[in-house]
Amino acid sequence: MKRVYINPDVCLGCGLCEVFCKVSHSRSRDLVKAFKKETPRPVARIRVERRAPVSFAVQCRHCAEPLCVYSCLTGALRKEPNGVVTVDAERCIGCWTCILACHVGAIRQDKEQGKIAKCDLCQGLDMPACVANCPNESLAFVEVQESVSGNGSGDGLALTVREA
Amino acid sequence: MDKSVKYLIIGNSAGGIGAAEAIRQVDSQGSLAIVSDEPYPAYSRPMISDYLAGKCTLEKMLFRPAGFYESNNIITLFDSPVQRLDVSGRIAQLRSGEQISWEKLLLATGGSPIVPRIKGKRSKGIFTFTTLDDARKIDQYLKNNQVSEVVVIGGGLIGVSAAEALVKRGLKVTIVEMKDRILNVMLDSEASALEAGALTRAGVNIRTGRTVEEVNSYAGETVASVTLDNSGVIPCEMVIVAIGVRPRAELAAGAGIQVDRGIVVDRRMATSIPEVYACGDVAEAYDFVYRQRRLTPIWPNAYQGGMVAGANMAGKPAEYQGGTAMNSLKYFGLDILSAGMPDAVDGCEAISGAGDGYYHKVVLRDGVVVGMIFAGNIEKAGIVYSLMRKGVRVERFKQALVAADFGLASLPGEIWRPRLERPAVGVVSAVTAVEAPEEFEGAD
Repeated sequence: MKRVYINPDVCLGCGLCEVFCKVSHSRSRDLVKAFKKETPRPVARIRVERRAPVSFAVQCRHCAEPLCVYSCLTGALRKEPNGVVTVDAERCIGCWTCILACHVGAIRQDKEQGKIAKCDLCQGLDMPACVANCPNESLAFVEVQESVSGNGSGDGLALTVREA
Repeated sequence: MDKSVKYLIIGNSAGGIGAAEAIRQVDSQGSLAIVSDEPYPAYSRPMISDYLAGKCTLEKMLFRPAGFYESNNIITLFDSPVQRLDVSGRIAQLRSGEQISWEKLLLATGGSPIVPRIKGKRSKGIFTFTTLDDARKIDQYLKNNQVSEVVVIGGGLIGVSAAEALVKRGLKVTIVEMKDRILNVMLDSEASALEAGALTRAGVNIRTGRTVEEVNSYAGETVASVTLDNSGVIPCEMVIVAIGVRPRAELAAGAGIQVDRGIVVDRRMATSIPEVYACGDVAEAYDFVYRQRRLTPIWPNAYQGGMVAGANMAGKPAEYQGGTAMNSLKYFGLDILSAGMPDAVDGCEAISGAGDGYYHKVVLRDGVVVGMIFAGNIEKAGIVYSLMRKGVRVERFKQALVAADFGLASLPGEIWRPRLERPAVGVVSAVTAVEAPEEFEGAD
């Protein structure tokens, strides 16, 4: 599947990915309204980490073996057939168990709604908003074969399934 | 009417569903039946407190969408307690008289609440709180009786969940905890004090270091008060017994399957009897923190153990990497995540950091995280938990783990880069076991 990968060496930590993620997950899809008017307030599903001179963006890795899905208490989190890890907001109760399961800390708390907010790769768009709006091409949306993907295969897997 | 199935799963909660889903990933055809003594489709057990608080219906609690069993071609026998197992004949005898023969069996029978010897425990108005039916009975009782005060015996997860739900229904609640602090299995004294503070502010009365000696009733009927071990009396019209659960291993023990505290399983979730597996609260499976088999009766471990069992049952070798206690608490707006050992013991080292609105703690053994508590500011907790699961040596950056601004960027690039960067083509990923602690150099 296509995933978002980072190149930290060219990330300036500008935070535009967070801005456009928030807009992309707002109801209005309007920059000003999303930030100034909408309630409940939209939550960015990407987080920029900065420890000068290092900076990089973190979002859901859509792991092949998603420990968050395997830990979800309500069945709200799901690995879709296309590989995207999605959350059904109707069924999420904001128990935060998935936050403890996520090896990159990608799952955000939407405290206003009492639910999690996570990257859905901007389903319906050709390219996730964070990637499309990264001014320095620090983010890339590319297909890397799952079998050769260290990243995204999940970390400290819940189980080891060995091919027979 | 007798049945014969390839896969028989006893238990219809996290473990049973995890197994059924794993089986169907490997074998879409083999006949599969789930037997349960509850009458409902699988529901989120932790949500019974939301149900009791009046915040959700059974429909909202369903663990899988409507049509799950049909679309996965699963035969369901709900409201069908199993009476007896014959493991040599591979037959389950239901209480209804029906017999089901199996090729592969999974015991995911869960736990049952422990009810201690307390005088007066036959009075009306005493409940346990682990199933939807428990929540429904409590709900009915509250509707049909004048209840204004409730005593919850036990300050663990179940007791505190019950207390929160009852407070939300406008009741006055007292928690009686035998140990010196609530949630003592998963929290250290600092985090427990934070939680106790949140509960107290919400109006919950907490009595630690006390036990209930007797439940007193009006004319031997309905609950009127409880008497504590120090002879103190707390008036109440309802008592919730929440001192813990024990594995429901009677079926297994009766069939000659090896049972210690729970059903003993290996890393494949296999029991001592061929083609019989177990998972979840009933099983005693590997705990990577304590490096031994242990009961860890929590939902995520049940589901994951079920997945491993199911894969093996369907012929795809899988190994449980081990689970440890991991808990998420969010009572009255205070968020706390914890995993592993809450306190340093036997040569372990504890490091903590606290500040405005947060408390972070890690417990290290031989430079590896074996326990953690994140309170208040929790979004990065999973990063530490992953270091714990993978056995990464953290000696060189241990202080960063408990800092207010902890994040992936606090860790050496060798750890975070492989999790975020595009892998070089030809790099074969690590789908490996985690037995040996790894150095962070070249990890992954």
